[in-house]
Amino acid sequence: MKAKRISWKEIKRQKFLMICTACFVVYGIIFYYLPLAGWIMAFQNYKPKDGFLGSEFVGLEKFKFLFSDATFLQVIRNTLAMGILNLVATFVMAIVFAILLNEVRLVVGKKLVQTISYLPHFLSWIIVTGILHDALSSTGVVNELLTNWGILDGPVNFFANKSYFWPIVAFANVWKETGWNAIVYLAAITSIDPGLYEAVTIDGGGRWAKIRHITLPSIKPTIMILLIMNIGNVLNAGFEVQYLLGNGLVKSVSDTIDIYTLTWGISQNDYSLGTAAGIFKSVVAIVLIFAANKFAKRNGEQGMF
Amino acid sequence: MSKQWKPKSSLGDKVFVVCNTIFLAAFVIITLYPVLNTVALSFNNGIDAVRGGIHLLPRVFTLQNYKTVLGQQNIITGAYISVARTVVGTILALAANALLAYVVSRKRFLFRSQLSLFWVITMYVSGGMIPTLILYRNLGLTGTFWVYVIPGMISVFNMLVLRTYMMGLPEGLEESAQIDGANDFTIFVRIISPLCKPVYATVALFVAVGQWNSWFDVMLYNRMNTKYTTLQYELMKLLSSVMQQGGSASSAGQGAAAAVTPVTVRAAATVVTMLPIICLYPFLQRYFVAGMTLGSVKE
Repeated sequence: MKAKRISWKEIKRQKFLMICTACFVVYGIIFYYLPLAGWIMAFQNYKPKDGFLGSEFVGLEKFKFLFSDATFLQVIRNTLAMGILNLVATFVMAIVFAILLNEVRLVVGKKLVQTISYLPHFLSWIIVTGILHDALSSTGVVNELLTNWGILDGPVNFFANKSYFWPIVAFANVWKETGWNAIVYLAAITSIDPGLYEAVTIDGGGRWAKIRHITLPSIKPTIMILLIMNIGNVLNAGFEVQYLLGNGLVKSVSDTIDIYTLTWGISQNDYSLGTAAGIFKSVVAIVLIFAANKFAKRNGEQGMF
Repeated sequence: MSKQWKPKSSLGDKVFVVCNTIFLAAFVIITLYPVLNTVALSFNNGIDAVRGGIHLLPRVFTLQNYKTVLGQQNIITGAYISVARTVVGTILALAANALLAYVVSRKRFLFRSQLSLFWVITMYVSGGMIPTLILYRNLGLTGTFWVYVIPGMISVFNMLVLRTYMMGLPEGLEESAQIDGANDFTIFVRIISPLCKPVYATVALFVAVGQWNSWFDVMLYNRMNTKYTTLQYELMKLLSSVMQQGGSASSAGQGAAAAVTPVTVRAAATVVTMLPIICLYPFLQRYFVAGMTLGSVKE
């Protein structure tokens, strides 16, 4: 960057921009940076009546408690398992859907399918879990079909069985986000040079060959960027679904770090423990983003930063 | 693609087309069926619905579920608050994000990169649920309507979408306006904003959908304050009442004569909640498709 002469005249000219900047910085400090100061609670035995300054400091005690708490280790496992499962399932489905939709020659059909595919993205998790609950209930369509086809002897209560919970959450995510996530891939596919496909045709390659040798390699950079962006979110993956679909019977597989934070921090009023769990999550997320970025760069892909 | 390259498609290609059509048809059915099923349930007699087997059409038609839903004061209040937060929240967020994007997209601005960095950091580091709650409590935001619209005004993702678009506009426009004596505020309002209408629509749509659908902030900040609960939150309460009964009609609401059950009432409330979105989104899709590609591919 070349050195700029900052004159008063220039500053006066940029008065409006400066005032806006000041407002945005003040707003940002209050709503985005001030909560970070709240991390101090994790090292205290925070009591609202004593405040940040008056509460007793306990050092790393809250973290020690966290990592010796079997429930916390369990929620870490659940969060990671569901996060990874969701990430893989939604990624694969979005890419497969984008590629297959792109192969449709009928423009009207393509447009219609795509429009329908966005719909679930716009529905709230409340609605999605509600209709999922209907579909999987004892009188719901899934039990009905499986019984009619002879796969099941009678209705199964899907929400009472621990081994079904993770797949149900993954399915819910796939159902909701496939069409939406495919938008970016479809855009990337549109920008591929048609000449490349013609070259495959001349070489005698069919549709599979085109997908394997042209489409997939062409959208690889897009896939990598989105993957890096989403890896940092693995620990955020799903909180609403687990909260809405979880119940006492599947608690040991459904509770996530966020639910743990909510339970301790809000229901039990142990703000310090809730904050400590939140810090753990933030730190892991940042480490994951940097690790994924580094991994992508080492493998010759364009990183995010 | 041009036809002359493949006068006759091979067997493999034919198999592919068949499989692809089956896959996409299954995809459409799985996407639409649960939604249509909910609509059918919402028009069905509650007691009858307990038998199951309702698919795309109601078996015993009734409007009673809707009468029950629309007769509940908390649903009406919830709908009013949901509309209010969507309108107010969208206007505030759009104005704030557009202005911020305008400031950071001015190439001559002295603190441009610092201001960008200041906001991008917030994408990766956040205080977390509990410190945020305590902050809002100390600011006196909890228990008010403003907690829905003031704190989340800036979304860095939306801001970057707007910035990318603004940076793509020709610089000459701004320069000629400056020569004519326009200040930065005038340039923003008169020159840049009219050109940004499509991207404004995109961002407004993202924010509006988010506002309409959110419920978690209601639970965290306004649970005790029934004056400000939203439609989604009321729907969640209905959902949990259904789940606790395992979907049975053991408590059929206000007596058997009403012929409504939590399941069918919830279905009706669901339809009411998703109706605005289903009606609007097909017409707005070109905006959000544009926004998604702007936000993800370039940045």
